[in-house]
Amino acid sequence: MSDPSRPPALARAPLPETADVVIVGGGIMGLATAWNLARLSDKPLRIVVIERGYLCGGASGRNGGGIRAQWASETNIRLMKRSIAICADFATRMRINVWFRRGGYLFLARTEERAKQLAASAELQRSHGLPTRIVDASEVRELVPDLDVSRVVCASWNPDDGVVFPWPFVWGYARAAIGLGVSLHTHTAVEDLVTEGKRVVGVVTARGVVRAPRVLVCAGAWSPTITRRVDVELPSKPHRHEICSTEPLKPFLRPLVGDLQNGLYFSQSMRGEIVGGISNERVPEGLDQKSSARFLGLYARALSQAMPILGHVKILRQWAGCYDLTPDGNPLCGEVDEAPGLFLMSGFMGHGFMMAPIMGELFARHLLFDEERELFERWNLRRYREGKLLSESMILG
Amino acid sequence: MSKIIVCRCEDVTLHELDEAIAAGHRDLESVKRFTGFGTGYCQGKQCVALCARMLATRGGEAAAMPITPRPPFHPIAVHKLAALVEDEDEDDRRPR
Repeated sequence: MSDPSRPPALARAPLPETADVVIVGGGIMGLATAWNLARLSDKPLRIVVIERGYLCGGASGRNGGGIRAQWASETNIRLMKRSIAICADFATRMRINVWFRRGGYLFLARTEERAKQLAASAELQRSHGLPTRIVDASEVRELVPDLDVSRVVCASWNPDDGVVFPWPFVWGYARAAIGLGVSLHTHTAVEDLVTEGKRVVGVVTARGVVRAPRVLVCAGAWSPTITRRVDVELPSKPHRHEICSTEPLKPFLRPLVGDLQNGLYFSQSMRGEIVGGISNERVPEGLDQKSSARFLGLYARALSQAMPILGHVKILRQWAGCYDLTPDGNPLCGEVDEAPGLFLMSGFMGHGFMMAPIMGELFARHLLFDEERELFERWNLRRYREGKLLSESMILG
Repeated sequence: MSKIIVCRCEDVTLHELDEAIAAGHRDLESVKRFTGFGTGYCQGKQCVALCARMLATRGGEAAAMPITPRPPFHPIAVHKLAALVEDEDEDDRRPR
C-alpha cells in the first residue's frame, strides 16, 4: 500500500564538474576519508565521492566485522588501538547503531613455533598498553567451553578486541559526510583518469567528467584497474575470500576465535549468527565474488572439528568479497610518484574495514596539514620500486 | 497506523521500507541492506517479490532486481556440509 504523502525515491543529483578532491570508491575507506577531510579542513573543501555500485556492495559490506589490535607489527598495533577507540565511540558520535560487541579475539596456536610467534607479538602489544595475554589450553577452555582444545598449545587473548556489523559504519560515514557537504554519487563508474602530462587532474565517469587537483583511489581490489588507466601498475592483487553465516543462536560465544594454522575464524554477531570463514588459496584469479561449495566444505569441516557442538547448526547463507592483497602484507598509501595528483589508500589485505576509521583520519591530516609523514612514507608504493618491503605475520583468512 | 510486515523472518515493516527509500536508497540491494529484509531464515524466498514491487511503485530503480541469491538454497547443517570436501583436500595456506 503506497502512501502518497511520502516522498518518492530521491532523484539523482548531477555530478559536479570540478572539485578539490575526488575519491574513487564509496566504501568505508573512501567515506571515512571524505568525512574526515570535510570535518578537519580549515576552509570548505569540495569533496566528491564516486561509487560504481551501491553502498556496502564491495568489501566494506562483505567482511566479517572483526576489529582487533592484536597484530605482529608495531604500526598495525598502534593504528588499530586508535581505530578500535573510534569504533567504540562511533554509535554515539554518528547516531547509528553499529552492533559493536567487545568479546575479544582469541588466536589459537597449534604448534610450538606459532606459540613463540604469538608470545613475541603479545609482548609487543603489551608494550603498547594492550592487555594481551598468552593463555594455556585450560584457560582457553574457560573462555570458550565448547572448543576442542586437545590440539591447542596455547592462545593469544585480548579481551578488548571485538566485532561490529559492518553496514551501519558505511551508512554512518556516508550520512555524516553528506551532512558536511560531501557530494556522494553511487551507481557511477569511473572509466578513466584525466591527465595533464603525468599529473592526474580528474576522473571520467559514465555520467561526466569531474576535474580535481587530487584524485584519491580507495577502490580496494578494484584499485589496480583504476591506476592502470595512467600506466601505474600496483603490486596488489584481488583474492576472493568467502564467508558464511548460520541461523541465529542465543549468545554463547564470547570471543572471535582465530586459528592461524588453517585460517579458520568465527564469531557470534549481535544478531546471534555464527559468522566465519577460512583461508582458501585455490580460488579463481582476479575480481571474482562468486560463492563455492568447496568453501562451505572446508569451513564446515574445520569448524566442526574446532567446535563439535556447532555441527548441528545450520548455515543460512554464504557470500564472497575481494581481499586486496599486497606481496608484503602492508597497504599502499599516499601520493604516487609517477602520477602526481594521484593518491592511494589501498592494499589493506582484507583489513581495510577495521583500519578505515583511523586511516581516514590520518590521511585527511596528512593531506591537509602534512602530518603522519613517516607512516605515509613507510606505506608508499615507492617501497616496491626501491625494494624496501615490510612484514606482518598475523593475517587471517 | 497498523504495522504491515513485508519480511516475516526479520520483522521488517512497510514503514521501514519507506524510511529506507526516504533515506535515499533507490535500488533493491541497498534497501535489503538498510532494512535487513531477505536476510533471515527463508533468505528472501517469501519477501523479495513483495519488497521489489513496493520499491518499484515508490519510484525505485528496477534495473538491478532482484537481489543476488545467496547459497545454500535451504539451510544445511554444518556436519552435512563438512562431507562436501574430500578427506585429502587440504588447502595449503601460505604465510602472507
